[in-house]
Amino acid sequence: MSEAIKAATLEYTTRLGDDSVVLGHRISEWISYGPFLEEDIAYGNVSLDYIGRARMFYTYAAELANDGRDEDDFAYMRNDREYRNLLLMEMPKGDFAYSQVRQLFADVYYTYLLPELLKSKDETLSAIAAKAIKETKYHLRRSRDWVLRLGDGTEESHKRTQKAVDALWGYTHELFDMDETEQLLADAGIGVDVSRLRDAWLAKVTEILTEATLTLPTEEWAVRGGRIGYHTENLGHMLTEMQIVHRSFPGCKW
Amino acid sequence: MSVITEKLELFEVFIRSKRGLDHKHVGSLHAEDQEQALEYARDCYTRRSEGVSIWVVKSSDICASQEDDADSFYDPNDDKPYRHATYYVLPDPVNNM
Amino acid sequence: MTPEEQNFMRKIEAEEKIEPKDWMPAQYRKNLIRQISQHAHSEVIGMQPEGNYITRAPSLRRKAVLISKVQDEAGHGLYLYSAAETLGISRSEMIEQLQSGKAKYSSIFNYPVLTWADVAAIGWLVDGAAIVNQVSLQRTSYGPYSRGMIRICKEESFHQRQGYKAMLSLAKGSPEQKAMAQDALNRFYWPALMMFGPHDSDSAHSQKSMEWKIKRETNDDLRQKFVDQTVKQIEVLGLEHPDQAIKWNEERGHYDSSDLNWDEFWSVINGNGHCNRQRVEHHIAAHDEGEWVRDAITAYNEKKRAKKAQHAA
Repeated sequence: MSEAIKAATLEYTTRLGDDSVVLGHRISEWISYGPFLEEDIAYGNVSLDYIGRARMFYTYAAELANDGRDEDDFAYMRNDREYRNLLLMEMPKGDFAYSQVRQLFADVYYTYLLPELLKSKDETLSAIAAKAIKETKYHLRRSRDWVLRLGDGTEESHKRTQKAVDALWGYTHELFDMDETEQLLADAGIGVDVSRLRDAWLAKVTEILTEATLTLPTEEWAVRGGRIGYHTENLGHMLTEMQIVHRSFPGCKW
Repeated sequence: MSVITEKLELFEVFIRSKRGLDHKHVGSLHAEDQEQALEYARDCYTRRSEGVSIWVVKSSDICASQEDDADSFYDPNDDKPYRHATYYVLPDPVNNM
Repeated sequence: MTPEEQNFMRKIEAEEKIEPKDWMPAQYRKNLIRQISQHAHSEVIGMQPEGNYITRAPSLRRKAVLISKVQDEAGHGLYLYSAAETLGISRSEMIEQLQSGKAKYSSIFNYPVLTWADVAAIGWLVDGAAIVNQVSLQRTSYGPYSRGMIRICKEESFHQRQGYKAMLSLAKGSPEQKAMAQDALNRFYWPALMMFGPHDSDSAHSQKSMEWKIKRETNDDLRQKFVDQTVKQIEVLGLEHPDQAIKWNEERGHYDSSDLNWDEFWSVINGNGHCNRQRVEHHIAAHDEGEWVRDAITAYNEKKRAKKAQHAA
């Protein structure tokens, strides 16, 4: 592996880890706040899947960095300007419709991203993708069903769900942005060219939203910046909470 | 606030823990329909890979025998011990049959 | 005694389980509903104090462990609600009783979780005390309750062990961590002992429940078991025992210990602990916020059914 590729892979793996930990954390905020008990358990499983992915990505990142850091250093010792997650993941939990719409956008994204990552020449990334594909299949079934129920449920649930779609839409564009790092890895057969996933994603999301009697936003707006650490204000608050115990006791084992 | 999870239906959950074994009743849960019941059963009753196959049945669809019927239901078979393998005592060398 | 009562008592004495459709005395049913629903509510409210640390867990591994533990509490609540439902009460009725304060839950969850060590102490002491009780309840006379307990016990041993491991990491960690562990032990030890309930002489439901084998061991016997098993565990942690009076009694074959602060016990039971109001309000808020979601499901389901019917017609 050339130094450039290695550095890019480290950056890429960290990004994927950041996406997972931030979304996993957001979902975990639902535990004991769900609409009924069965849902508390089910959504908890999705959260666990994402935390599990984050651990795998960070462990690999730590291995690549080879500077004595471990998975927790990646999660707990970087501040919001250093985090590289997509903005969609850091948006607050909102109401149940908001979380399920975000989940749908993310799940459809992973539905197309992971099979490509599975083809990666990097064995570790490919192995993580193999495990995650199975999880995502289940996640999408859940979020799709929820968006259908909420979109085509009562007037109130429809209104809330449409509002969530409109509010989150502008954060979906950067899911398909490529930069130099990702282009280098895509060319090397290690990373995924996400710009090629947009059509499939849009088709699938359109299909589900339509079935849910929801309207695809026509208003064109896009907020970008997650991959360069230009975040919304939400991430800072989230990390403050997430990192407080770890940082209050430097160097401790838990 | 008073009408709560009863908006959802009650389902009974049966799990086959291993290939070759029977499905066994493990409990119940609330869900909107069979599909959701199946998904929740997976999340609620197989968190430690307890199962390879799940059945869900609407609780209201189960027809159960009553204890009062027990006499007519089971007693007629109590006097037919020859249906049980232990009825046939064989010589020791071949008694593992 | 009526023939039904005789038949019922015969089963109880022969250690046969009572099953949902069997005849049972009205008071037996009532006691069971009270005990099982209280137990279910405890699991559900018990999600809050620990859940409150999920977003702050100090490592990713601990975060995952804690999520799966709190998930288990929800699962156990579910098993228990379904056991109670076999007695003819609905989950919504039970939830209403919880929210109105008519039904109780374990007082331990009205104590605040202030530090990460508290999370560890809950796993170790609170789940530990719960297990002592639940192991005994595996032999309870009501079939669905007993089967639920067996299932729960199987899953809960992980809870206590992970809690103790977390406590061990702290007790063997930095001086600050050790101090945090000692502080958590000091605060949670006594309320954990109170989980076994009042002295049997002061317990309104104990006697009849023992007779019917709903409960299999007395509050005080179970508490003694827990006191005994905890001494060694504290020693291995290298922490100081919160009870200065703890002393081995050769004659009894048990540890002697201080009596509990029963004023505090009754005060918390009667709704005046640190978190009583907060816990119930949290439950009500989440439940009310979930209402439009549950309404949506019902509406969606009805539409789907109507469509199907149209198709069929």
